[in-house]
Amino acid sequence: MQPDARKIATSTEIPARELDVAAIKADFPVLNQKVNGFPLVYLDSAASSQKPREVVNAILEHYRYNHSNIHRGLHTLAERSTQAYERTRTHMASFLGGVEPQEVIFTSGTTESLNLVAYAWGDLNVHEGDEIVITEMEHHANIVPWYQLAQRKKAILKTIPITVCGHLDLSNIDTIITPRTKVVALCHMSNVLGTINPVAEIAEIAHKRGAIFVVDGAQSTPHTAVNVRELGADFFAFSSHKMLGPTGVGVLYGRRELLEEMPPFLTGGEMIREVRFDKVTWNELPHKFEAGTPNIAGVIAFDAALCYLEKLGMHNVHHHEMELTRYAFGRLAELPGLEIQGPQVVEQRGGAISFTDPIIHPHDIGTFLDSRGVAIRAGHHCAQPLMRVMGKVATARASFYVYNDKQDIDVLVESLKDMRKYFGV
Amino acid sequence: MSSQLDDMYREVILDHYHSPRGKKPLVKANVLSDGTNPACGDQISMSAQIDDGILTDVHVDCKGCAISIASGSMLAESVKGRPYHEVLKLAEQVKKMLKGEADPELPAEWEDIEALKGVRNFPVRVKCALLAWVALIEGLKGYEPGAPGGKSTVTSDEDL
Repeated sequence: MQPDARKIATSTEIPARELDVAAIKADFPVLNQKVNGFPLVYLDSAASSQKPREVVNAILEHYRYNHSNIHRGLHTLAERSTQAYERTRTHMASFLGGVEPQEVIFTSGTTESLNLVAYAWGDLNVHEGDEIVITEMEHHANIVPWYQLAQRKKAILKTIPITVCGHLDLSNIDTIITPRTKVVALCHMSNVLGTINPVAEIAEIAHKRGAIFVVDGAQSTPHTAVNVRELGADFFAFSSHKMLGPTGVGVLYGRRELLEEMPPFLTGGEMIREVRFDKVTWNELPHKFEAGTPNIAGVIAFDAALCYLEKLGMHNVHHHEMELTRYAFGRLAELPGLEIQGPQVVEQRGGAISFTDPIIHPHDIGTFLDSRGVAIRAGHHCAQPLMRVMGKVATARASFYVYNDKQDIDVLVESLKDMRKYFGV
Repeated sequence: MSSQLDDMYREVILDHYHSPRGKKPLVKANVLSDGTNPACGDQISMSAQIDDGILTDVHVDCKGCAISIASGSMLAESVKGRPYHEVLKLAEQVKKMLKGEADPELPAEWEDIEALKGVRNFPVRVKCALLAWVALIEGLKGYEPGAPGGKSTVTSDEDL
């Protein structure tokens, strides 16, 4: 029961253009350095990606030539800044499969996007005894806002369990998503397991029960073409910094009807139409949800990241990472006992590979690999409930992006072999 | 191989990691202390027996990385047979040493513990080495002679 995986499997039948990784690497000056005496191998893009020269230059250029506050100045720089900022919004609307620009809200990141929904939509629509459904594989950012909402409203927080293979267990979904369910919120791709969830299928179930469907797309949007309408998402949240863009910028896509009825989340400047001491009227979409001065340079430079990804082609990006993941699975198998979490079938997952060594702790793995210039993530990945379900305290995670190649994986595997020798296991 | 790495994973540390001391559970204990590092999932469970002011025995059960296991093992090996208030003072000094706040003179028999200093080059790993010591400190602080042992819990993150 993995229709999304099937869809992706089908899409791979369209021939993908191979990425010229050597040329791509050259676009990321940060990668061209030695760390602890070894060439840097950056395998931590699931935490945050590196930025191509185009994105760095866009930030410099904005501050060097064009900076002003947006949407209110009457001067030339204000106009330039406003236009560039809104250009990213229009671009994003098409990047997400052709939504309305007014449905694209800029936030500080996935976390703020999800909080916005939990507060602005949740406080209005969730009442005592209602149910909020998430899954066992969520990042804390898609748990805590819902937990807090449930606390505020005396609502019930329920979870869809996972199978031993790291898929969502949908066998009892009808008892989990019920007519009392108001919100179903889940990740498109797990940041720990790499699992790509059948979101469109779950969206259908949620909608049939009258619930809204919220998708945390932080891990999927950087790596695969996303069409939020086809996915059935009422809200779709993700971050710029995981997809070649600057930090401090995120997106919340929201269906217009829902955004229209919602009160603002943060309040202050920009989000109002008229303020009197006895009455305040809200600005129109999307400005109602963008209180205060946003990360202007960040949003503008995010456009350069979108252009870069589109130039490569999201289909090719996805294909490239599947190839790397397949290669990594093959090579990691050379290490006896190394346990890879999540789906073992490459078509059902993305290029974030969590693994554990039977003896060596993930933090020792992380420190050792760093001494070889290899950057990975080690820890609970902000998914403590999932770690508990998996029976792990932590994992090591290697994650791939457009600038990684098979050689990077070779370095990882050889370093892991050396690590075992070093620790004498 | 990077010398900083070798400086942290010294031979003596790897030795303690491979065969941790103090693994034997105590028959009786009047100090109980649990510690966790939520950020990395390290967990330590410690029990100790104090008789007439002397820390006579200690049991350390640590699930975690090489550094936290070695640190707990070194603790178990070094504190036995000393007056508990002296151990408390020494543990506070080890804590300062690990955090880079001081270079205290430790008893000659505690020479091995100085090997833990290597973590100071790895700021995120300092709390791994600290865990056992802050658990011990909290446990001893809560000890009241004659009173039945209470249980303390501590996270070394908070302590940092």
